[in-house]
Amino acid sequence: MIQSIHPLIITIGILFVVVNTAALLIWLERRLLALWQDRYGPNRVGPFGLLQVLADMIKIFTKEDWVPPFADKPVFILAPAVIVVAVLMSFAVIPFSPDIWVVDLNIGLLFFLAMSSMGVYSVVLAGWASNNKYSLLGGMRAAAQMLSYEVFMGLSLMGVVMMAGSFNLREIVETQKGMWFFIPQIFGLVVFMVAGIAETHRLPFDLPEAESELVAGYHSEYSGMKFGMFFVGEYLGVTLISAFITTLFFGGWLGPSFLPPIVWFILKTFVFICFFILLRASLPRPRYDQLMAYGWKVMLPLALANLIVTGGIILAIG
Amino acid sequence: MSDSPLLIEELQGKFGTVSAQATADGVPLLWASKDTICDVLRYLKTEVDKPYRTLYDLTAIDERVRTNRQDQPDSDFTIVYHLLSYERNEDIRLKVALQDEYPSIPTVTDIWPSANWYEREVWDMFGVTFEGHPHLRRILMPPTWEGHPLRKEHPARATEMGEFELPDEKQDLEQEALQFRPEDWGMDPQGENGDFMFLNLGPQHPGTHGVLRFALQLDGEEILDVVPDIGYHHRGAEKMGERQSWHTFIPYTDRIDYLGGVMNNLAYVLAVEKLAGIEVPERVKVVRIMMSEIFRIASHLVWYGTFAQDIGALSPVFYMFNDRERIFEIVEAICGGRMHPSWFRIGGVAQDLPNGWDNLIREYLDYLPRRLDEYDKMVMRNRIFKKRTQGVGAYTVDEAIEWGVTGPGLRACGFEWDFRKKRPYSGYDQFEFDIPTAQAGDCYDRAVVRIEEIRQSLRIIEQCMNNMPSGPYKSDHPLTTPPLKEHTMEDIETLINHFLNVSWGPVIPAGEAFFGIEATKGNNGYYLISDGSTIPYRVRIRAPSFPHMQMLPLISRRAMVPDLLAILGAMDFVLADIDR
Repeated sequence: MIQSIHPLIITIGILFVVVNTAALLIWLERRLLALWQDRYGPNRVGPFGLLQVLADMIKIFTKEDWVPPFADKPVFILAPAVIVVAVLMSFAVIPFSPDIWVVDLNIGLLFFLAMSSMGVYSVVLAGWASNNKYSLLGGMRAAAQMLSYEVFMGLSLMGVVMMAGSFNLREIVETQKGMWFFIPQIFGLVVFMVAGIAETHRLPFDLPEAESELVAGYHSEYSGMKFGMFFVGEYLGVTLISAFITTLFFGGWLGPSFLPPIVWFILKTFVFICFFILLRASLPRPRYDQLMAYGWKVMLPLALANLIVTGGIILAIG
Repeated sequence: MSDSPLLIEELQGKFGTVSAQATADGVPLLWASKDTICDVLRYLKTEVDKPYRTLYDLTAIDERVRTNRQDQPDSDFTIVYHLLSYERNEDIRLKVALQDEYPSIPTVTDIWPSANWYEREVWDMFGVTFEGHPHLRRILMPPTWEGHPLRKEHPARATEMGEFELPDEKQDLEQEALQFRPEDWGMDPQGENGDFMFLNLGPQHPGTHGVLRFALQLDGEEILDVVPDIGYHHRGAEKMGERQSWHTFIPYTDRIDYLGGVMNNLAYVLAVEKLAGIEVPERVKVVRIMMSEIFRIASHLVWYGTFAQDIGALSPVFYMFNDRERIFEIVEAICGGRMHPSWFRIGGVAQDLPNGWDNLIREYLDYLPRRLDEYDKMVMRNRIFKKRTQGVGAYTVDEAIEWGVTGPGLRACGFEWDFRKKRPYSGYDQFEFDIPTAQAGDCYDRAVVRIEEIRQSLRIIEQCMNNMPSGPYKSDHPLTTPPLKEHTMEDIETLINHFLNVSWGPVIPAGEAFFGIEATKGNNGYYLISDGSTIPYRVRIRAPSFPHMQMLPLISRRAMVPDLLAILGAMDFVLADIDR
């Protein structure tokens, strides 16, 4: 029945929902952080402060859109668009339910990895084009951090690919009918989560923008909607990583049949989003060199070991 | 002070020209000549038995309009060196008389590197040149400032300075003065492998806790050198002291270490009382200790939260500000004010304690320890937090003593020294508490010491609460301000005394006295000089954050940018305490 709906409508629908989720996340994060920090958070505009997002949007759209005279103008303008586009493209391959997806790519997972690599450009270009030393430091940190965490982000997912025997996300979900992959692939999950946080550069991995050190890091010079794009990009990233954790390790839309598949998907994703926010509320920030050491000395060997063990077991059973 | 007559004799035998002067505070005071001062200081620092290893303070006095200068050599400007010996648990003050409109004196930076900033401050404020100083530039005032503010001829108010104008030439000049040239900051613009990156950090930066500026010389993210630029928070508190009455200066002290509240009053009021010879009743002592310790907790809580935030943890600061808010509720109930109650008075406190004060405090004493345990889990035992702070910004006891570090920063290097214990003032000897120490002297250990201090302060407050003596809340000394009013309607002398003391303020006998206390950030001292008038002749505020900040380059070299913020956070400074 749903398959008969025009794919364009699905595409637009998903785009609409995803972007609004990102916007709503701003409100959710502020409320949750406030809850955990013994304060109220936005609670004045609309019911439970829900319209705060709208008010923020109005503000951010009507703000003076200032480009510093010393910035590299074309790149400066391009950079915030890159992150939003890159993240939104990744949503195209996610199967939200057996009937809802945008494209059914055979190499869906690779497409996601490729797109998340694109996201790095946004931050690095922004840091470079701003022509500000703080932005530059932020951009440099981002380049080092995201490039190295990407390596084992990819590796951590190969266990899943081996078990499913496919890069196709729908097939990966389908193979989890017997057992969700977070049980056999628990190390893969851990590595992917860590790498995912690093990719979205949120606390504790928010070094590119570390406010107590670099003011606002790579987006120090941005204002108005350009800044808003980074902001939205970050929340889209959180949603994306949560959706991928759900898809790859927690059976995607699978779940007992008293709820429709799409609801299962949304619920699971929501839990991981909240987990991301909880992390932000509870952890301090490691130093740049510690972060790199952790990545290369702990995460990479762990991902490789996981890969070898998974391969060995599959070989033995198969 | 048993050894001091011997020491004076020793110095007189060795250097001849040294003469002694009596002071109200009992600190031995010697006059040395311009030619011998360096030798005397070097002797006191390195050769004398149980040496004076800390240059505690270095300042100047503009003596040109002072009238009461009996038994003192002629002088236009007097340079004062205040040394501290931990081995002797004694201070000594040396003075050098300088004649001239703009005199000069040899630098002592080769004896104490920490003299650097102090000498710059004296040059900035008095126009006294230090020969051989490596970098004698203005430190608190802007580089384009004309005149030297603490000289008596310099106006104390903007209204005395004529209309302010900013013509284009002047604006250009001011802007030109803001240009950054590494050479002006004592840094080399080029290294072996090309140019260094210079990063301007502050004066508006979320990590500096106020208007503080640094010039960082970076190689990647590694700090090769850092030069603090202070003075953005300079409000001329010492100059204001010279036009406020002894009484009306109290509120200004609150705002020196603005997190310390009445703790600042205590140092000032104790110094005035020493000068005036006032003994305060027991109840006053205990109330003062209680309020001071309450403010120590409040200040440490702010530090705790902001330090955690500097490391990147978002939540703790909210919890700690909540707890501080509860403290302010108690302070408000007792004093009426919150952050700056200005509640201590010369010879007493402003009012008696209100009914029910003990319940408020008891509730808080029950409340805070549980919270502190929780914060330990959340912050101090967090692995990332430990990695960020352990081994970062460490210094040794010897370095700390050499650079004039006091307070928790000193105790974190394993040196058990607390002025409340070692030189009990205001009745601290009557209380049971421990001096927390740690060994490594790094950022983490400074945190450990402060957190344990909160617990010890709670102990002191509990003892205050349980053993609060009854009695008057101010002394019956005639110089108590405001004086007792009970008999004013019965005899005319008391009425006149009350009227004069309230309208003009008390006339404090001529002389000079110093008093230093264990404040929240370290040793905070007031060095007061009275010319027998209703206003101080000179107010010198020795603030702990000043030498701590001076030490920053030493402990930040070869660290990374995030480490610098950790070091700053662990230092627990307040800009007003540096700049005054």
